[in-house]
Amino acid sequence: MIRKYFFQLIFLYLFFSKEVFAAESGGMPQLDPEFWVSQIFWLTLVFGTLYIVLSKLILPKISANLELRKSQIQENIEAADKQRKDSELKLKEYDDIILKSKLESKNLFNETREKTLRNINLKRDSLEKQIDEEIKKAETEIDQLRKSAPEKINKIAIETSSEILKNLIGTEINNSSISAIVDDLYRKNGGKYYGN
Amino acid sequence: MASNPMTQFEVYRIGPEIKIGAFDISFTNASLFMVVSSIAILVIFNLGAKKNSMLPNKIQLLAELSYTFVSKMISDTAGSKAKPYFAFIFSLFMFVLFCNMFGMIPYTFTVTSHIIVTFVLAAFIFIGVTIIGFMKHGFGYLKLFVPSGVPIVLLPLIVVIEIISYLSRPISLSVRLFANMMAGHTMMKVFGGFVISLGIVGGWLPLTFSVALTGLEILVAFLQAYVFAILTCIYLNDALNLHH
Repeated sequence: MIRKYFFQLIFLYLFFSKEVFAAESGGMPQLDPEFWVSQIFWLTLVFGTLYIVLSKLILPKISANLELRKSQIQENIEAADKQRKDSELKLKEYDDIILKSKLESKNLFNETREKTLRNINLKRDSLEKQIDEEIKKAETEIDQLRKSAPEKINKIAIETSSEILKNLIGTEINNSSISAIVDDLYRKNGGKYYGN
Repeated sequence: MASNPMTQFEVYRIGPEIKIGAFDISFTNASLFMVVSSIAILVIFNLGAKKNSMLPNKIQLLAELSYTFVSKMISDTAGSKAKPYFAFIFSLFMFVLFCNMFGMIPYTFTVTSHIIVTFVLAAFIFIGVTIIGFMKHGFGYLKLFVPSGVPIVLLPLIVVIEIISYLSRPISLSVRLFANMMAGHTMMKVFGGFVISLGIVGGWLPLTFSVALTGLEILVAFLQAYVFAILTCIYLNDALNLHH
């Protein structure tokens, strides 16, 4: 009891508000030392227990969880990075392959084109040669025909004239005399009819 | 009972009277709310620590965010040397925060509105920090009272001021929390009383104030817990890294 009055006396001077509240009941209950020891005791007990349980059991678990998550995220990031790099490499490879095949196909196309062109040229050349030969042959034939034509014509002319004369006169006329006339005529006018 | 705003701070015995020697250590309503707060902390953080999933659920997120919040607070103010004291500061912060927050529920008891509770915590911190300081730096810890770059003439005065400010740390730390809690709860009670006494006609204004004050008090409850913890970190920083 003496201790109680002692503390009340001290705080009476420190807190003037006490006088205000003192009128109703014992003033600020905080300054009543009746349960101070009890509060100190329970605070120590409760807070001590709280501290021990938190520091020994719960906080290490939370810390471990956080660390684990952090490392897991780090791992995932690294894995993702690696995969990204891999895919980039694959993409590059793929691009290379496409580029190569494009080049190859272009080459192949060019080669085939050249080959075909060469073939066509070859064929055309041989065809042209053949045609030339044919033309030449035909030309020679024509030439020969042209050369031989006057003789035949002369012969026909002689025969025809001898026939006509036989019919006209009724006697056989010497062929040689007729041919002499035809020859003579041919020599005179041959160029006019045969273009030679 | 409701008319006196101070009755909410009254401590009374729950259950039988327990005595050790001359000391009365009965279980009181204050003890009850200490126990309730601690159990709430333990339950929440145990649930939050139990299952480790890659994508945390709400309670795990809460526990982990609190962990990183306090850990960042300590490393920002006291540096990496304060890591061994993390568990203590975490417990302290959570204990004060939960006691403050439980006090915000109507008809409950606010443990931290009692000077003796906050003073015991502050005194423990003060003594602990002083012991750590002397263990780390020996008598060099006394250099804390001699700031560098002070003119010789002013030095005796500065040293006296520094010593007084150092010694008043537990008082300022404990009174800050206690006074904030007590004043806030008293004010809420006073405004609540006004609502009844002014009745249906005039009671709306104090009711509005009461609602606003509740919001403010929840902010204060968090802020004071934070301030209590961060000041502990700062004192710890003085003891661990002698800057002066």
